Amino acid sequence: MGKTVIEKILQSHSEGRTEPGKIVWVDLDVRSARDFGGPNVVKNFQREYGDAPVADKEKTFFTFDLSVPACTRKYAENQQICRKFARKQGIKVFDVDKGIGSHILMEEGLASPGKTVVGTDSHLNILGAVNCFSQGMGDVDITFAFKSGKIWFEVPETMKVQLEGQIRWPATAKDLTLCILKHMGTQKAALKAVEFYGEAVENLSLAGRITLCSMETEMAGITGFIPRGKRLSSEERKEFPRLSFSPLHAERGAHYSDECTIDVHNLNPQVAVPFSPTRVQSVSELKNIHVDSGFIGSCTNGRVEDFKAAAQVLKGRKVKPGIMLKLVPATRRVYERLLQEGILEILFESGAIVSNPGCGGCAEGHIGLTGSGEVQISTGNRNFAGKQGRGEIYLASPAVVAASCVKGRIASPEDV
Amino acid sequence: MEKSMISGRIWVLTNNRGELIEDIDTDQIYHNAHLHITEISEMGQYALGNLKGWEDFSQKAQPGDILIGGRNFGAGSSRQQAVDCFLSLRLAAVIAPSFGAIYFRNAVNSALPVFKCPDLKEYVEKGKMESGDRIEVNYRTGEGTVVNKRFDFFVEPMSDVQEGILRAGGLFNYEKTLNTT
Ligand code: SF4
Repeated sequence: MGKTVIEKILQSHSEGRTEPGKIVWVDLDVRSARDFGGPNVVKNFQREYGDAPVADKEKTFFTFDLSVPACTRKYAENQQICRKFARKQGIKVFDVDKGIGSHILMEEGLASPGKTVVGTDSHLNILGAVNCFSQGMGDVDITFAFKSGKIWFEVPETMKVQLEGQIRWPATAKDLTLCILKHMGTQKAALKAVEFYGEAVENLSLAGRITLCSMETEMAGITGFIPRGKRLSSEERKEFPRLSFSPLHAERGAHYSDECTIDVHNLNPQVAVPFSPTRVQSVSELKNIHVDSGFIGSCTNGRVEDFKAAAQVLKGRKVKPGIMLKLVPATRRVYERLLQEGILEILFESGAIVSNPGCGGCAEGHIGLTGSGEVQISTGNRNFAGKQGRGEIYLASPAVVAASCVKGRIASPEDV
Repeated sequence: MEKSMISGRIWVLTNNRGELIEDIDTDQIYHNAHLHITEISEMGQYALGNLKGWEDFSQKAQPGDILIGGRNFGAGSSRQQAVDCFLSLRLAAVIAPSFGAIYFRNAVNSALPVFKCPDLKEYVEKGKMESGDRIEVNYRTGEGTVVNKRFDFFVEPMSDVQEGILRAGGLFNYEKTLNTT
């Protein structure tokens, strides 16, 4: 019997036969910790192993992205704990200037097709976008991974999702993702790996695939793959200079635990309403909802393509007075590309606030939170109560967020 | 042979209609009001303290007892204390049809034996397993018996990985055995 993508990757990184339900030891190509979870990893490590070296410092990293630069005392202290340990061990730190850890791993080519990565980030399975096996885990597991270079893992079953139809502007990768979330809920893909097929996903850029794979977490899935994703364009190679990407296919005769088809013909912009990413409606049903603020960024929508889509809507227009639009590029490289291409200027001219890269706007990070009663439209991946302050969060694409901030109410790019 | 057996008295986590309670989350197992406690020995008294009908569990449980839970046991947050509180009471094992993914990892890593038993609900519905019964489980083969009822059942056998970590006494200790063998 053939193997699915995840079975292939786990097979090549473990001993014995890999089959769903079996627990295997997985050799790790990368283990990382961020400024949340990282300090606990350091404490566990020093308590259990004293001054012993990590298994392989070349494969071990810290990535600071949650509070960058640290805006609370606790984060400042925690980052120092990690930096000191890293210096002693000779571990590389992608520090507060660099951006979201998972994205850095892709840009640096550390996460690439067929590799295995773990870290203290619950959205680390986003790396499925580059056909890499990755999991967020707790500090006990990551401490062990630092020390041994391995992790145990139960090989999950794989589900196959076939998309029918093509998506067209103003629908984007985010609208496709929200549409898939609406169909899958939190049950269908729970604890499974998912392979997505069909033109609608296979034609997505890498940024679009990142958007889809980042929200696998919200489907309660293990990870998502797009086995027939296209190769990188020359533009994308500028954005991901060290990533070599060639698709990793499932084998002929691979076994899937479930298969389903989702029709995305004529998809229009979608919005997830409070307080669940799976409560998805069409923009057209929500046009009387006013917004106080907007946010574009996060690991889900923080790439160049996302800000280009926003700029396309905002060019020559202004964010409505009284409304705050916050923009946070995923990484320093994205920031640089936006500068070089003149996109930053368009965004600035529109009246938006542009901050340094990182998780701000999604995590309780460096670009603030929402207050009680505030309605925010966001490109993030979660709209749980209390996640970004006391306000109500609607999730949408960058284009819809930009249009909504021009109009002052939830709007499609076609409305401006 | 002896070594791969776990045995003990069971507590079947049922509601007032006698059904296995499903989706018991980590907050019901170990309430967030007690998260400041760092000593494992002090955590046992709060085990299941927030689960309706089972608030007095810690007074009734004896070392070596086995917990029988419903589907998706340990759903919710990643809190390690929801595993540690059972270690604190020195329970011998937890058996459920399925576990929250993080809970299962945490339990394995801390050497709390956890077993999946897909047909558990049926056993409980038919009265084959009730609180107070004594069971034996061979964790290599997955064969189990309710001793006082002479009823045989199956759990999923423990994987080599889980057994290795269990024998070492947890993931951190397991690592220490890696290079010395
Ligand atoms: S942007 Fe949000 S979801 Fe993504 S890694 Fe950062 S904190 Fe996590």
